[in-house]
Amino acid sequence: MNNNLQKFFASGTPWIWVNAGAVAISIIMTVGLLLLLAYNGLGHFWPKDIMLAQYAQPVSEGEPLVREIIGERVNSEVVSAERIISSGIPVSADQPYHERELVKIGNRDLQDSDYTWLLSDYMSEIRYPLHLTAFERREWGNFYGYVKEVREAGATVAVSDPAIEQDTAAWLALQPRIARALALHDEIARLEKDEIGEVNYAIERLRLQERALELRGEASPEALSAIAAERAQWDAQYAEMQTRLNALYAESERDSVVMLAMNGQETEIAVSEIVRAYQPNAMHLGNKLATYGSKLWEFLSDEPREANTEGGIFPAIFGTVVMVLLMAIFVTPFGVIAAVYLREYARQGLVTRIIRIAVNNLAGVPSIVYGVFGLGFFIYFVGAEVDQVFYPEALPAPTFGTPGLLWASLTLALLTVPVVIVSTEEGLARIPRSLREGSLALGATKFETLWRVVLPMASPAMMTGLILAVARAAGEVAPLMLVGVVKLAPTLPVDGNYPFVHLDQKIMHLGFHIYDVGFQSPNVEAARPLVFATALLLVLVIALLNFAAVAIRNRLREKYKALEN
Amino acid sequence: MNQEPLPTPAKAPSSAAGAAFAASAAVVSRRRFRHFKDKLAAVLIAIGGLGVIAAILTIFLYLIYEVMPLFRGAHITAHSRFELQTQEPGEVLHLALEERLEVGMRLGSDGQMVYFSTDDGAEVGRISLPVPQGQVISSFALDTDVSGIFALGLSGGQVLLAQYGYDESFGPDNARVVSPSISYPFGEAPFELFSGAAVTHLSVRSSRNELMLAGSSAGGDVSLLRAERETSLLSSFGGGGAQWETELATLNGLVASVDQLHLDVNRRWLFAVGASGRVSVVDIQPAFSNGTPVVAQELLLVDAPARLTEVSFLLGGLSLLAGDSAGTIAQWFLVRQDGGFTLEKVRDFDARSRVVALTSEQRRKNFVMANEEGYIGIYNSTAHREVAYAQLASGAPRAIAMAARGDGLLIEQADGSYVMYDVLNHHPEVSWEALWSEVWYENYQEPEHIWQSSAANNDFEPKYSLAPLAFGTLKAAFYGMILAAPLAVCGAIFTGYFMAPRMRQNVKPLIELMGALPTVVLGFLAGLWLAPFLENNLLGIFSMLLLVPLGILLAAYLWTRLPEHVRYRVPDGWEAALLIPVILFSVLLAFLLASPMEQMFFGGDMRVWITNDLGIPYDQRNAMVVGLAMGFAVIPTIFSIAEDAIFTVPKQLTYGSLALGATPWQTLSRVVLATASPGIFSALMIGMGRAVGETMIVLMATGNTPIMDINIFEGMRTLAANIAVEVPESEVDSTHYRILFLAALVLFMFTFVVNTLAEIVRQRLRRKYSNL
Repeated sequence: MNNNLQKFFASGTPWIWVNAGAVAISIIMTVGLLLLLAYNGLGHFWPKDIMLAQYAQPVSEGEPLVREIIGERVNSEVVSAERIISSGIPVSADQPYHERELVKIGNRDLQDSDYTWLLSDYMSEIRYPLHLTAFERREWGNFYGYVKEVREAGATVAVSDPAIEQDTAAWLALQPRIARALALHDEIARLEKDEIGEVNYAIERLRLQERALELRGEASPEALSAIAAERAQWDAQYAEMQTRLNALYAESERDSVVMLAMNGQETEIAVSEIVRAYQPNAMHLGNKLATYGSKLWEFLSDEPREANTEGGIFPAIFGTVVMVLLMAIFVTPFGVIAAVYLREYARQGLVTRIIRIAVNNLAGVPSIVYGVFGLGFFIYFVGAEVDQVFYPEALPAPTFGTPGLLWASLTLALLTVPVVIVSTEEGLARIPRSLREGSLALGATKFETLWRVVLPMASPAMMTGLILAVARAAGEVAPLMLVGVVKLAPTLPVDGNYPFVHLDQKIMHLGFHIYDVGFQSPNVEAARPLVFATALLLVLVIALLNFAAVAIRNRLREKYKALEN
Repeated sequence: MNQEPLPTPAKAPSSAAGAAFAASAAVVSRRRFRHFKDKLAAVLIAIGGLGVIAAILTIFLYLIYEVMPLFRGAHITAHSRFELQTQEPGEVLHLALEERLEVGMRLGSDGQMVYFSTDDGAEVGRISLPVPQGQVISSFALDTDVSGIFALGLSGGQVLLAQYGYDESFGPDNARVVSPSISYPFGEAPFELFSGAAVTHLSVRSSRNELMLAGSSAGGDVSLLRAERETSLLSSFGGGGAQWETELATLNGLVASVDQLHLDVNRRWLFAVGASGRVSVVDIQPAFSNGTPVVAQELLLVDAPARLTEVSFLLGGLSLLAGDSAGTIAQWFLVRQDGGFTLEKVRDFDARSRVVALTSEQRRKNFVMANEEGYIGIYNSTAHREVAYAQLASGAPRAIAMAARGDGLLIEQADGSYVMYDVLNHHPEVSWEALWSEVWYENYQEPEHIWQSSAANNDFEPKYSLAPLAFGTLKAAFYGMILAAPLAVCGAIFTGYFMAPRMRQNVKPLIELMGALPTVVLGFLAGLWLAPFLENNLLGIFSMLLLVPLGILLAAYLWTRLPEHVRYRVPDGWEAALLIPVILFSVLLAFLLASPMEQMFFGGDMRVWITNDLGIPYDQRNAMVVGLAMGFAVIPTIFSIAEDAIFTVPKQLTYGSLALGATPWQTLSRVVLATASPGIFSALMIGMGRAVGETMIVLMATGNTPIMDINIFEGMRTLAANIAVEVPESEVDSTHYRILFLAALVLFMFTFVVNTLAEIVRQRLRRKYSNL
């Protein structure tokens, strides 16, 4: 045995295994992280069953008070008795560990917090009544309780007895009313966002026009009165829309529902406040899947609610995409030209070698440095100049002298240009000499060879570079915090108002959304699942881009292998 | 594909020549056009290419451009030179400059306050102070330039208090008119300090509701006077008719032979300076609370044979500046030491010859000195920096005044004429010492490295030490590398040398994906998931560190003991796949064992045990969390480069070694690693560079407190995170803003140098391989 062990160690085999272990650990870490994200991110949208339980938390003196608990079970952990006691709950120290469970009890309008920790040992009579209802609301987060009564303009139209599981009269009466309120809400949103937004935008443009005329000293009475006339027209339109809007608001506030929450609390909720209502305990798998799908779709396509902790992340997705596209427009031509210059035109020597090393190293310069540069150079230096020259009428409010979409994409372009250069150069280097020489021998000029032969063949390499650049840009946050990304942008950077793409606007971004909601939001516990989902989405997009780059690169290699032989 | 059509010979012979001529003309022009296109493209591509490279260079140059002004000294230009309209008979007691530099004020010993234009000396206004009949001014004391409150000691033993200022109004064409203003916040009636004897030395400190005077008389008496605003309802609503309740206390017997008196800003300490430069630090608090004042300390402010010439307070009223005849200015302040306070010399400045005037700025910790040769020096106390030193006056000046913003300097010369200078001094607070060395800040017990860029109050001493940030950066990188370096290098060795090609094909993209994961996601997981998880499972993590390697070794041993037919089922190079379940099992075991072990050795909770029994502070978001997340981010970088270096070791070397009978492990350790070690080294360097510049992970996974402590259970603040946090809030072109740019430049330079070294090493290695 001892001899065996000695031989085993002398052979060096264990060290090979230790090295193998390092690879295995890296694999486990990566896959584990992806699974962790997927589990937490995707699980959030599943309509979980709502629990009804009795809870009697131990107290140091007298009989414990029995409370009713209604809520979703989120997760559980095991904690030492010592720590529970030090937090003020006198559990018996004989049992060293206690399981405690995090329960989402919602109803933030009725109590301080929508999450609570419960000790599993003191929970009893856990049931899942079929008619327990969950509301997702525009404000105050989720609501859990029983539907008791539906009212229309204050008058009762349907009543259910919360004690009877099968009494669904009120629940059924509620359904069409929620659908109606949602339709009205959409109408109001469209009116406010699109139509009134357009009017506001037009009025603002008129104000700037007027100011510009004044600045140029061309503010003749005729010009001013023309502007005033146009403004009056817009104002009239605005007033008309306002009355329509008020009517819609009055309509949408018609219905309400009386709910019985835990511990017998009763409350009235306006139907217009409800985004989604469901009774998860009564749902079968198909229903749950449908609700899951609709929640997932809402997440992807809707706007955020409640300081970004609920609702969707559509503006962040949109902002990220627009910014990355704009960046691609900047980075591709310049990156390719620089690579072509370095590889095809510049005399190879010490200087090109130094430049190549410098370009390579720039990919390793911390991204925050680019952010600082973008802020100082683009925004405070170039942007301020642009404002002076082109937008004097808006001053002192800056137009381009403040963080915005254009500067964010330019900063990212600078950050990712080395990636495109390196990748394109690699592609150019792989093209066999014979092809170039063939083209030149047939009488083509250098540029014609480049344009018709070399670049088409190198295009997959450029593509790879671009995809890698986009993947890097999509995941970058630190520089963006300085040059144009905000937690909540009121409008999208692309809309129906001239000039359609608003380069000066601030945008929302997936990566920043994760940072902001996860670390700056007042209700981190409630926001956490959404952050997981956002992180998962970001990782999926980036993984997809990376795999695409790898696939293109592999195909490219195959192709040249064939050519070289 | 671009062949020119040849002239067609199908035409009639007669016109053939002409046609050929015409065609060839077309050919020539086409050829010219093509040539032109080629040249144009070459030029455009060169411009484009060089432009991109220039843009990249711009980053570096712009950072330097933003940082440079920090190290530039003050720039002083002459503004005007003039004499006052009327010759003032009185000696100058105080000279001041208004904020916009348009008007100066001179207080003479005859009680005349003259306001004059700083362009030509024209009189703007004049105020005669109400010095009682038959008395003359025998001493003067200023509270602060900011308040404008001053006290005049009179020959009859009384003290007159007033506050000077400037009234601003706008004339018909919006021209700014400054006129003198004087007010008496403590009433117009003088306070009586001594009966009959002239007040020879005086000091004054005041707040809204309290006034403190310290004075000495011609007879050698030293007295204190405290006046408190009466807080009856009547007086507080009565407007100007506030009543002052005065109390007198004597310091006779405590201090003798007084030459100068200075009260500190909190009206707790009196510094009584004797002619020899000996100072008595008197705790005067007991004087008005039924006790007797105590001399806490007596010491010499100057080294003999030098004699003390000027003493003045720095902004904030905490630091005492003492200029002497040997040309040294020393900064002193009270330091709390074992319950008491002692006056300590903090640093000194070289004034080169006898100091004749000292005054301090009103917004920054700057002071101005004039020496007997007419040289003026501007200094910043915190940075211990001389920002200007130039001969600006002829002969020893009588008085100097600094404008509120520190941008103007007025000098009354020995002959009574005036010179006025514009001063550009934007960033005096920065020096190499202030950025990187320990600095003794006011209110601190000893010199320390502190980063504290802003505070609520005005006379705050900004603390711009980059040392704690640089330390935090290295700490985060260090803990990241502890995890990443072994894992990545070992993993690269296995993947590059032992791993089966098919598995390698799958592993490499996975590691690349690991590298592409956004750091904001890693930071978020580290801060919100890993940090609480670690806190609850500390022992589990530690036992994992032990159990996982043991599990791997055990699995390896058992594998070699397995019968051959089982072993041969799995081809060589798939060990890593076999180990995945082993590692998962070891981790599980570690966590299962952790609870009973914790119960046995650590009283049930290791985290509580660490804080209570070991006394080590524990932050939830600490260096361990950062290390794990940062390690995760850096592994792929190191892995890819190191793997490349190992994989590309020429095969003939390894085959040769194996053919000579070396085991695979011997071949690896003696041949492959020896050849590839420069590549692995450069991989580690590049990984380090990445860890140093990482922002989001540190921002989210630590508490971002700038402390200097290597403790793994505490957080840190890194240069990068500091920039991300503070740049959006800093004022453009302020010192703070430029220092953040300096931090960015430091990061840039560091990573650039490290990466360049690594790249050069790598290129050398590549050439070596190609030679082999």
